Amino acid sequence: MQDILAPLARPAHQPEGGRVSLGLSRQAKELLASRVMRSLTIAVLLVLPLIMAALYVRARPILQVIPLKDLLFSTVWHPLKGAFGFYPFIMGTLWVTGVGMVLAIPPSLLTAIFLAEYAPPPVRSLAKPLIELLAGIPSVVYGVWGMLTVVPFVQGTAAPTLNRWLGFIPLFRSDNPTGYGILAGGVVLAVMVFPIVIAVAEDVIRAVPQGLREASLALGATRWQMVKTVLLRRAWPGVMAAIVLGFSRAFGETMAVLMVVGNVPQVPHSIFDAAYPLTALIANNYGEMMSVPLYDAALLGAALILLLIVLGFNLFSRLVLMRLIRSD
Amino acid sequence: MKRQRLEESIFRILMIGSTLLVVGSLVLILGTVVFRGLPALTLDMIVQTPKGGYYLGKEGGILNAIVGSLYLATGGTLLALLASLPIAFYLQLYANRSRLAEATRLTLDVLWGVPSIVYGAFGFIIMLWLGMRASLLGGIIALAFLELPILVRAMDEAIAMVPAALKEASYALGATRLETALKIVLRQTGPALLTAILLAFGRGIGDAASVLFTAGYTDRLPDSLLGPAASLPLAVFFQLGTPFPAVQQRAYASALVLTLIVLALCLASRWLSKRLAKNVIR
Repeated sequence: MQDILAPLARPAHQPEGGRVSLGLSRQAKELLASRVMRSLTIAVLLVLPLIMAALYVRARPILQVIPLKDLLFSTVWHPLKGAFGFYPFIMGTLWVTGVGMVLAIPPSLLTAIFLAEYAPPPVRSLAKPLIELLAGIPSVVYGVWGMLTVVPFVQGTAAPTLNRWLGFIPLFRSDNPTGYGILAGGVVLAVMVFPIVIAVAEDVIRAVPQGLREASLALGATRWQMVKTVLLRRAWPGVMAAIVLGFSRAFGETMAVLMVVGNVPQVPHSIFDAAYPLTALIANNYGEMMSVPLYDAALLGAALILLLIVLGFNLFSRLVLMRLIRSD
Repeated sequence: MKRQRLEESIFRILMIGSTLLVVGSLVLILGTVVFRGLPALTLDMIVQTPKGGYYLGKEGGILNAIVGSLYLATGGTLLALLASLPIAFYLQLYANRSRLAEATRLTLDVLWGVPSIVYGAFGFIIMLWLGMRASLLGGIIALAFLELPILVRAMDEAIAMVPAALKEASYALGATRLETALKIVLRQTGPALLTAILLAFGRGIGDAASVLFTAGYTDRLPDSLLGPAASLPLAVFFQLGTPFPAVQQRAYASALVLTLIVLALCLASRWLSKRLAKNVIR
């Protein structure tokens, strides 16, 4: 370092304009700053492997005792007896996230199309900040709302109605009278995901070149036909990216889900069943995990599973998108 | 033609309905929190710490959580800012479109999606290694990790919007990249950076899962970086967990306080970015 900087050092009698200087020339500062910035940037690349390694090291004790297959597919959860089956929790996470995404995607996309293509400018400039506000609300507040509004609604209206008319389908059969369950969690997640999907999808749709719209309309298409055949076809990789982003957020959400989902470790079969997602498992039991053998390894292993699924989904969707864009 | 008209109007109705649904859910959430929280919100709640028997319905307040949350979010945001500003400068001014920059952006996108409870667990493991207890510092570190991708991505985009001509003019006058970054780019992107900072602060103050492991909880005001610190989201959560309606009422009031802080941040960032926008050359 000394040698590299030596020729750059400031000559003793260079005027400095009264400024306090570190004794380095401008070029040396530039060089130093670029080194520091580069190291920080490279450090970012190391964060993800570091998190994975840390979780893996802490989770290893349980992997040595219980085979991975049993951990992932056993339904018995009894930490005091040394039985750690993640299957009900993984299923709980998938169910809640799945219901949330099914509820979130159609309204989000329709809203994004409306704001990008149909809404008059005043409506748009009113709606956009409100939707951004929705993104800023803390998850615990969503949880409070879920407990006060969504759970009573599921208990009093949604569950009895759907059970009466569609109860012959197992998916809608309700034998959980509390209202705390997958549907309540899904509704809360859906509202949390709205602003994320809308913001990205709207940007993507607006970015479609104006000429394409005009060409389609000039051929006599109605506005919706233009949206359906031109905009969505052109913008859909971006729309998929928006959905993946929303999925990531929903998948890892902890507090809001934990407060409304019931937290019963069972494999759910209906949208009204209570569930116990991985995130809720970790958050609910972190307090006692150091006092039961292997419990801490199991919970940090659960965090690792969570991270790996999010990671896998992210990379998979990226690869698929890249291939699709290339083949277009 | 008639069928197409019908389809057009059906979808138009669906779209307007969806937009109303989305905006309506915001109104519903804010309405619920205000109507249930306001009756229980007293001055005592925001200027006192919990006294003995607070969680049984006796007197006291949540000042410990308000102060704790402000400390945690401020510390986390400052720490994240310290790292993210140089990274964003590097990505845009030094390594734009290089392989390193692309890999970093991909990593940041992935980090953005990493659940906050994973950051909490990671922070917890770091603390175990360092032999630390649940503390303010631990919470700040976990929040900094959580906020870093939000900050860098927002700054990266903001700096990308700076007109190339402006940077070239600066280089042409003989300025180094560092000088251009600090004197031209920073000033030009000031409003956007401030918005990003407030956004990250809002995420930090509202996040419960990452501080659950790392910052702990205490009924006293945080007095040291190495002592535990309470936080508002956890205050809401713990008070809801008690079986006493009076304490649950206070949880709603605490949620209202948290919501008001976040709303104030949103409004402040809009107002500030408009005011500062006059320093920006277009």
